[in-house]
Amino acid sequence: MNGPVMIDRRRVLAGTGALVVSFSLPDAFAQDQAAPVAKPPGSLAAAPYLDSWIRIDADGAITVFTGKAELGQGFKTAFQQIAAEELDVPFASLKVITADTSRTANEGYTSGSHSVQDSGTAIQYAAAQVRALLVAEAARRLDLPPENFHTENAAVIAPDGQRLSYGDLVAGDMLHVQAQPAAQLKDPATFKVMGQPVPRVDIPAKVTGGAAYVQDMRLQGMVHARVVRPPSYGAQLTACDISAVEKMPGVVKVVRDGNFLAVVAKKEFQAIKAMAVLSTAAKWKETPSLPKQDDLLHMLLSLPSQDKTILQQGNAPATGQKTLEATYTRPYQSHGSIGPSCAVAQLTDGTMTVWTHTQGVYPDRQGIAEMLRVPQASVRCIHVEGSGCYGHNGADDAAADAALIARELPGMPVRVQWMREQEHAWEPYGPAMVTKLKASLDGNGAISDWHFEVWSNTHSMRPGGAGSMLAAQHMSNPFTVPAPKPIPLPEGGGDRNAIPIYKFPNAQVVHHFIPAMPVRISSMRALGAYHNVFSIESFMNELAEAAGADPVEFRLKHLEDPRGREVIEKAAQAFGWHKGQKAPPNRGYGFAFARYKNLAAYCAIASEVEVNRDTGRPRLVRAVAAVDSGQVVNPDGLINQIEGAILQSMSWTLYEAVTFDDTRITSIDWQTYPILRFNAVPDSVEVHIINRPGKPFLGSGETGQGPAAASIANAIANATGKRLRDLPLTRKKIKNAIDA
Amino acid sequence: MSGTRVFASVVAALVVAGAVAAFAVAWRPAIAAIDPPAPQSFDTALVKRGRELAAIGNCSTCHTLGGGKDFAGGFPVPTPFGTIYSSNITPDAETGIGRWPEAAFRRAMRSGVARDGQHLYPTFPYDHFTYVSDEDDRALYAFLMTRQPVHAAARGNQLPFPLDQRVVIAGWKLLFLRHGTYQPDPTRNAEWNRGAYLVEGLAHCGACHTPRNALGAERASASFAGGEADNWSAYAINAQSPAPVPWTADALFGYLRHGWDGDHGTARGPMAEVVSNLSEVPDSDVRAIVTYMAGVFGAPAEDRKRRGEEVLAQARSSPAPASPTTTEGASIYAAACAGCHETSRPLPYGGVNLVLSTALSSPDARNAANIVLSGVRPVEGERSPIMPGFAASMSDKQIAALLNYLRSRFGKQPEWAGVEKTIADARRTQTVFLQTSVGPENAPADANQRDKP
Amino acid sequence: MTTLKVNGRDHQVDAEPDTPLLYVLRDDLALNAAKFGCGLGQCGACTVIVDGKAVLSCVTPLLLVEGKPVTTLEGLGSIETPAPIQRAFTEEQAAQCGYCIAGMMMRAQALLQKNAKPTDDEIRAELAPHLCRCGTHMRILRAVHRAAHLMRSADASTVQRSAQ
Repeated sequence: MNGPVMIDRRRVLAGTGALVVSFSLPDAFAQDQAAPVAKPPGSLAAAPYLDSWIRIDADGAITVFTGKAELGQGFKTAFQQIAAEELDVPFASLKVITADTSRTANEGYTSGSHSVQDSGTAIQYAAAQVRALLVAEAARRLDLPPENFHTENAAVIAPDGQRLSYGDLVAGDMLHVQAQPAAQLKDPATFKVMGQPVPRVDIPAKVTGGAAYVQDMRLQGMVHARVVRPPSYGAQLTACDISAVEKMPGVVKVVRDGNFLAVVAKKEFQAIKAMAVLSTAAKWKETPSLPKQDDLLHMLLSLPSQDKTILQQGNAPATGQKTLEATYTRPYQSHGSIGPSCAVAQLTDGTMTVWTHTQGVYPDRQGIAEMLRVPQASVRCIHVEGSGCYGHNGADDAAADAALIARELPGMPVRVQWMREQEHAWEPYGPAMVTKLKASLDGNGAISDWHFEVWSNTHSMRPGGAGSMLAAQHMSNPFTVPAPKPIPLPEGGGDRNAIPIYKFPNAQVVHHFIPAMPVRISSMRALGAYHNVFSIESFMNELAEAAGADPVEFRLKHLEDPRGREVIEKAAQAFGWHKGQKAPPNRGYGFAFARYKNLAAYCAIASEVEVNRDTGRPRLVRAVAAVDSGQVVNPDGLINQIEGAILQSMSWTLYEAVTFDDTRITSIDWQTYPILRFNAVPDSVEVHIINRPGKPFLGSGETGQGPAAASIANAIANATGKRLRDLPLTRKKIKNAIDA
Repeated sequence: MSGTRVFASVVAALVVAGAVAAFAVAWRPAIAAIDPPAPQSFDTALVKRGRELAAIGNCSTCHTLGGGKDFAGGFPVPTPFGTIYSSNITPDAETGIGRWPEAAFRRAMRSGVARDGQHLYPTFPYDHFTYVSDEDDRALYAFLMTRQPVHAAARGNQLPFPLDQRVVIAGWKLLFLRHGTYQPDPTRNAEWNRGAYLVEGLAHCGACHTPRNALGAERASASFAGGEADNWSAYAINAQSPAPVPWTADALFGYLRHGWDGDHGTARGPMAEVVSNLSEVPDSDVRAIVTYMAGVFGAPAEDRKRRGEEVLAQARSSPAPASPTTTEGASIYAAACAGCHETSRPLPYGGVNLVLSTALSSPDARNAANIVLSGVRPVEGERSPIMPGFAASMSDKQIAALLNYLRSRFGKQPEWAGVEKTIADARRTQTVFLQTSVGPENAPADANQRDKP
Repeated sequence: MTTLKVNGRDHQVDAEPDTPLLYVLRDDLALNAAKFGCGLGQCGACTVIVDGKAVLSCVTPLLLVEGKPVTTLEGLGSIETPAPIQRAFTEEQAAQCGYCIAGMMMRAQALLQKNAKPTDDEIRAELAPHLCRCGTHMRILRAVHRAAHLMRSADASTVQRSAQ
């Protein structure tokens, strides 16, 4: 497939028929360019028409469409790089349009670190095929064979030097053809813009006060709404005298629909004041329904579960000489978006348009349409950036709130802004999890058998379906919360990364899927991988210690994957790791490694932690990471993501747990849910990239969190001689362990 | 009291006392230096006990400079006579107490004398530590000798002549040091005696909470009648307590244990560090302290009790509807403070209802000024109250208007005098930004602290 | 009606005196940089400069800032003519989602206006009121150092020019 691919438009239209096949991830990335594939890769499989992705106007303006959303990871920039490279056009000449149900393909959610793998790959292949089509068209016009044409600077150059601009070449619906499974991609050695640290296109506006977020939207005639949420799950509104609120300055409307209560005012501060008064006027009947915060382990183990063995290999009984067991726990943890969720909705001429920072405009549209009991075609969801969401936060709920309120005020754009307390109390958290590990070492200090069990809720309660959204759950004639379903492997949810990447002679992994959700949960960055990798990589260190082995050497002993080995070696070498090393007093070294989902990016992290023995306070001194994400699109963007992953995971790992009593969530602001501040930021974080030119893109947005957690935990264990297994590893827990 | 008059009277008194004391007290022999003892030679249980005692004694608070190494000294203590810097009490051989035998440590605690025979300034409160038993001194010694040695030379004190001559301390001691371990009161129970032993001894509460005379010694006749520390007013904690709701033993226990009490507010300023240190200490010791202090402040008089109940009733009822705000102070309060201080969110995470505030009913405006200026900063990684500071957004005049309004509406006391100067001084002193504790400051003691209400 | 001086210009603002400055800036004056992060003074996303000092605009009512000059990120520079702090943050690519960044920059600007050569510890202490959930802290620190350097070089070249 390395020769030029001839795309004959007529032949494509006539012969190939539908290329829409069920999208299968492993195929899309597991094979590199050389091997033949049966269907177009990435999201092209579900949206095969080239003009779903690339549009060229007669005046030469080029627009790239992606169904993914910019969440702050720099995707807009990355996709612009990919398209510019494959199309051979100047980077700055492209415009990228992101998720919009009226304009872009349905790429589901921007999640799971799929964006570059799916959308990026689609754009890459589509752009390459568009270029080929343009060359073919130029050749046709000049009646010459296409081999000696080349492209440059948004034009096709004929062998005699004649220049035909793309704008000139494009005609009619020339790009309305379905993509081929294969394309002639550019040779990475010739990359001009892909693989370069191109500055992000969105940063200039963000550092000069340009409008950049859904929170910045100001539409003509826009009004401000605030929701009065119930004080707890399942609370019923028994009385609400709205007469006083209605008379307050600027109040336009009070919306009451069952347990859904909101107030709309002309000015934002008026809405906030009205919300406070409405909140006092609302009387609720609450029911204690929350579990014991201090006893999540037993709660999770006692809830009914659907048990599935997801790995069973070897069957020899344990013949190990030494057997270790350990249980690790994770509490509920919060996304903690810095900007509470926000949405703007407007009902005009029968169409409800919602501007939202949802991760999935199509599923959100479907949920909102169902909630409003209207056809999907009459709802349009447009993604506008919010603050980082790190998964399923309150974005979809805010969108539903806005739509429900806007329906009551036809024609008026309605802006709903969640308060800090509402975001903290009502967002769906990352689920609490328990893992139990057991392994044996043989006479050579190698792991002879491995047993891993994980208990967890689903890690996705995203819309589709109105019942996933609070407004729909709270309104009269409410929609019921849909039954939770596990995310199937190889992605997985609670079992994401539960299967170890290491090779053991005997291994069994069991996933206990718990349907009951006493606390509202959904996807949080890395999903189950955070805790599973924390558990596996902590346990690997415990085993290494039992075997008297160096932790890095011990991992290499059990790892075959050559790219994984290289990442481990790189991180260790860059850190200065050596066998038999001894950290300075009160300090410890830790190491951890994982391949996200066992199919996305590889990441290894070595860390140095200092522990104050008098107070127990842990301090990450430095972290050194190595990452392999396949073909790198924007190295600076990748480094930014890994640095961020380490610091974010450090905060989760050392500080964070959602708190609640028997009725209410009590961690409702930054006082009660503290996260990382500058006084604990490490001295240095280094990220080393192993670039794989020509290899498929591997998602790297969530690859650092699991290894960072385990690396820090291992460093604390190394510094104190005490092993902690219950997240978060707080100062008090460390101190108690030291004192014990 | 003017500086020069104080200075003159101090010099006069000390010269006289010093002369008398010269032969009796002035000269103390050096105790021979030893090789620094190996940390392993100390029994771990003893070290652990020493840690608890050091927490009660708040040693780290004075002996650690913000951002500096634990117990390495260098912390400036401003006194009316000049600034005195705390010493390095890590077991460093050259600059710390590494070469001190236990006997030398005990003598320092008992009599305020260093190993080499020099008198120690009574900013080191040996007038309290003298009560500490030999056994507890042994545990403290074990704890200190097993800390990380830090090489940090002592900072020179900033004292005028002749106060910088340590021999004058001998005179001070003659006048004011009642030296000797605590003698239990046989008419009281064990818990009370333990409380007395701790409060009058290691915890040295009076060092902040008792007013001092011109020579800087605590006035024995005015025990716990109020003092100061770091430009914070340390309220009277005897029967003259200005708290709107009288303290009870249970309230005090909750406050010392958790850093807040629902009827009083949260521990701020230097008390925040005290509470943070006490979180290391067994309940029984805190109980003992409370039992003793309950005896000190006693049951409130009838009218005070009644006023307290009125205040509580007012705090528990819904806030009065916003009345038209005519004064600048009232407007500032309504706009900048009521949003947190008049919600139904209870302590410690909701702003305290200001009718309960001791800062506003205290005769001294400093604490109110300090809080408004600097707010309350979060503890690293732990649930803790956060209040924004208004130093940058409010001018001195605006803060004065606000404080006068708060004083009148909530403190229900006569106007403070010189509020603007108090605010200007507080702004300048910026002591609230001094970080001294090795542990978390402003912490509710229990890391699993839930919003109980 | 209140007169508010923002970024060097006087504005007539029709807002209640108890309106937090944040909403006046965002809603009455359509300025985007200062952000709503918590409204409680806990996260720093709303930080602007009033009379040379960094303040949390979400807990600063309008009545406190009457007569005092207010500076927002928009007032420091633009995409075409960025201020040193804006150049520095762009050059360091010190943002992921970017929501916290405007507040960080204003705090840093106020610091650099008082202290041209802050140490790393001083910058960290100064940024203590600010939260960043994406974990961009390392770049933010680098950007502040870079801004300090840019400001010092700019001063140096100004001195040089005026000396000629």
